[in-house]
Amino acid sequence: MILGIDVGGTHTDAVLIHDFKIVKKAKVLTDPDNLLQSLLEVTQTLLSGEDAAKLGRVVLSTTISTNAIVQGKTDRVGMVLACGPGIAPERLAVGGDCHFVSGYVNHRGLEAAAIDDDEIRRVGEQFRAQGIEQAGIVGKFSTRNPVQELRIRDRLQGVTGHLSLGHRMSGHLNFPRRIATTYLNASIARLYGRFVEDVLNFVHRQGISVPIYILKADGGTLDIGQSIEYPVQNILSGPAASIMGVLSLSRGREDAVVLDIGGTTTDIAVFAEGVPLLEAFGVTIEGYKTLIRGLRTRSIGLGGDSRVRVEQGRLCIGPVREGPAAAFGGPSPTPTDAMIVLGLTDIGDRDRAKQALETPAAALNCSVDQAARRIFDESCRIIVDAVRRMISEINNQPVYTIHEMLEGKQLQPEILYVVGGPAGAMAPRLAELMSCQAHIPEHPEVANAVGAALARTTAEVTVLADTEQKFLSIAEEGYRTTIPPRFSREDAIRIGREKLREKAVRMGAREEDLEIEVIESQEFNMVNQFYTTGRNIRVKLQVKPGLIAGLQTGDRL
Amino acid sequence: MTKKQRKTGLIFFPAFDWAISPTHPEREERLLYTQDQVWEEGLLDFENIIEFKPGLATVEDINRIHICVPDAKSVITESHLISAGGAITAADRVLKGDVDNAFALVRPPGHHAMRVVHGARGFCNVNIEAIMIEYIRRHYGPKRIAVVDTDCHHGDGTQDIFWHDPETLFISMHQDGRTLYPGSGFHDEFGGPNALGATINIPLPPRTSERGFLHVLENVILPILSEFKPDIIINSAGQDNHYTDPITDMRFTAQGYAALNERLAPHIAVLEGGYSIEKALPYVNVGIILAMAGIDYSHVREPDYDPPSLRESDDIMRRIERDAAEIYKLWRKRDTLKEKLVGGAGYARRRKSIYYDTDGISEQQEETVRVCDDCGGLILIDSTADTGSRIYAVIVPGRSCDVCRQNGEEFYARTGRGKYSRVYYQDRDRDVFLVK
Repeated sequence: MILGIDVGGTHTDAVLIHDFKIVKKAKVLTDPDNLLQSLLEVTQTLLSGEDAAKLGRVVLSTTISTNAIVQGKTDRVGMVLACGPGIAPERLAVGGDCHFVSGYVNHRGLEAAAIDDDEIRRVGEQFRAQGIEQAGIVGKFSTRNPVQELRIRDRLQGVTGHLSLGHRMSGHLNFPRRIATTYLNASIARLYGRFVEDVLNFVHRQGISVPIYILKADGGTLDIGQSIEYPVQNILSGPAASIMGVLSLSRGREDAVVLDIGGTTTDIAVFAEGVPLLEAFGVTIEGYKTLIRGLRTRSIGLGGDSRVRVEQGRLCIGPVREGPAAAFGGPSPTPTDAMIVLGLTDIGDRDRAKQALETPAAALNCSVDQAARRIFDESCRIIVDAVRRMISEINNQPVYTIHEMLEGKQLQPEILYVVGGPAGAMAPRLAELMSCQAHIPEHPEVANAVGAALARTTAEVTVLADTEQKFLSIAEEGYRTTIPPRFSREDAIRIGREKLREKAVRMGAREEDLEIEVIESQEFNMVNQFYTTGRNIRVKLQVKPGLIAGLQTGDRL
Repeated sequence: MTKKQRKTGLIFFPAFDWAISPTHPEREERLLYTQDQVWEEGLLDFENIIEFKPGLATVEDINRIHICVPDAKSVITESHLISAGGAITAADRVLKGDVDNAFALVRPPGHHAMRVVHGARGFCNVNIEAIMIEYIRRHYGPKRIAVVDTDCHHGDGTQDIFWHDPETLFISMHQDGRTLYPGSGFHDEFGGPNALGATINIPLPPRTSERGFLHVLENVILPILSEFKPDIIINSAGQDNHYTDPITDMRFTAQGYAALNERLAPHIAVLEGGYSIEKALPYVNVGIILAMAGIDYSHVREPDYDPPSLRESDDIMRRIERDAAEIYKLWRKRDTLKEKLVGGAGYARRRKSIYYDTDGISEQQEETVRVCDDCGGLILIDSTADTGSRIYAVIVPGRSCDVCRQNGEEFYARTGRGKYSRVYYQDRDRDVFLVK
């Protein structure tokens, strides 16, 4: 049995899955001040009368990290930044306690300026004097060579709390994002650590001794013990849970669009050949652009409860939500009211819905039925436009080789998955506009918990090999080794595969879930004075986001 | 430092799978470290820096400006359609108002490609700026356009193509042709009889650094631009004036490139040469992108940047100041020179020997232009290459007067294949390209 729990902002949803069938589901209100209490409630509801010994795993998707950042419940973090030349330092400052120190490495990973040990010592003294307990250390190009970040860590005395190192956050290049990611990680580490401790105590008391996983923003899972060092990994896991849920409730390997139509917003995600697409660089939270791998989603301010108004003869829908639909006693007409009037759904009070639409009907100079039709059509059009923009953005993503330029795959969605309240009423029309086939998955109200329950462990490694300098490194793993001059790209892929396997297993992956793919593979001759002096090899591999094995061949949930 | 931010388009196409040959400077790795630096600095996360995927140029775009022998398809590869397409994308975004300016950081380059193309010279097959310029005129109407070529090598291809075009001002500053390929670009190369002063060459002595470049910019280029009043300024942004470049001998820096770009304020910049791929390009390109976007670039520096050691001698400075004054004086006199040069002749002729170093081809060309007060003048070209091709081309200029067009039509009708392997007719205004 698998227990999947999604602690959302409003509701905490949970499902108990046995043999890939939902055997029980539960929904309670989330107590934002006591997430554990909500956890306790759903767990007890689901497990009462069940044999806890039959449980195989528990997966938890939580807003704890997201909320801490959104609500500013973060710790003060002393940041030590070895910037070197480039962007002006004031553009890089984050969190108010930044120290810009000398030293940096260049794009080849060579030390271009040295660290000043005395300067680092003085920074440490300042942190102590100011009572700063958490620290983050980030160097430019530290993913190419982390030696300076490590040296700063060794020289920085007096950090009593959590210490985050930039190169461990991600293998990708992007110094400002590395700084933001490292800062966020350190700023929530203490709070998150306590949460994990509480969860572990709680499950022990329940007599549960199976692996506990945390859902990450990329829709993959991570062993809860492993997550303590990298709490920032699970920001924005909420939308990921829903999308993974749709994936589990669907089949196919087609290109598809996923719409989650809520009260206030509609979230859009995309599957390419059945695999959810990730953000190109990383997710953004509260204006912080990070290097955290996350599912690519777009959110638009249109939902079932969006306010409908007519301004200067033009129909305006959203982005404001003033309350529930008029049919449920809300203050203004909404798309939901239009759908009720059109008979597309039989929820709420139809008379109230009709009455609410009289105002826009008068302003549009048409009948209430006609106004309802126009509101409904306009809502569908806005959503479809946003989907088209997102698809076109993906298809127009820059590429850097002639091969990709001429042969690059273009995304052509054939299936539209719709979840959320208005799903049933809107899906047929949306699919018609997009020339897609519409699917409304079963159990849409707990798709998030199902997604958490069935998501596999994901991981990524970035391998850099330089045969001129004779080294291979996987910075985010803290791995560096010497290589012979005849080292090839195939060798780099082989080592990357081994290291990715080790990493994923350490993070909690099962062997049968290690669907590894090479996502980037480049090799360049390095030439000096017209002679080839070595090769620069760059390889990225990942365990694809997806579902745990067994389900693909099994029955529909 | 606060500056006025601008919205800048970046078209980045490093062609990571294309090289002239494995160890040639124009090879796969060329923009690799530039990409690393641009990514690491996080430039694409700035709200006012937007990356666009390049479009593909078409054979029609090439035939609007070049006479390719025997035809466009046989002198180019896909890579050229993409780099020219990248320049066109930059132009489209600027002219449609999506961005304030744009930088086509693309390869392969183009500024050594002349009007007639028998093969590749100076690493260039087709002239991507020239293709872009005629694309702009075709799609956005007649424009006065200035090209400022800051590559270390004389932009002889661009000069050749616009030699007779009074609506296109071509200014090239480069290392003195007596010391560097292609060996041209002297003061007296000043434009054809119908376009005197629309070509300006500013050769600079070896070892010129920031002071020298910026002096020329302030005292020659900017004053001429303000008198020419172009609608669009294009920078052929070669980066081989850098002090670490392996095939040139100048002392320019990332700071210098950024300052130059800031003061020149081009609408469109297009990468040309620059082969110090590790020590210069990453920093120069970051500097240029920041300068175009109006973001503080004062912290952009090469690891070994040392201004005193790079500074040009006072002797060099004096020579640059003297030459600059002379060139500007020549520009002021441009209108009085025509009569002295052509007198009462109806046609002017020049003979050119062109060597295609990259492909090892020699071409002999005779170019005749109709002396005309009303337009750039009808151009007739007779070109023979040692590949065995001899071709004849009739080129009716853009904004052509009726007489030049009528003469052109007659010349084309009258000229049979005979001794020529092909006869071409190109009419820019009507976008007509014929071959017989």
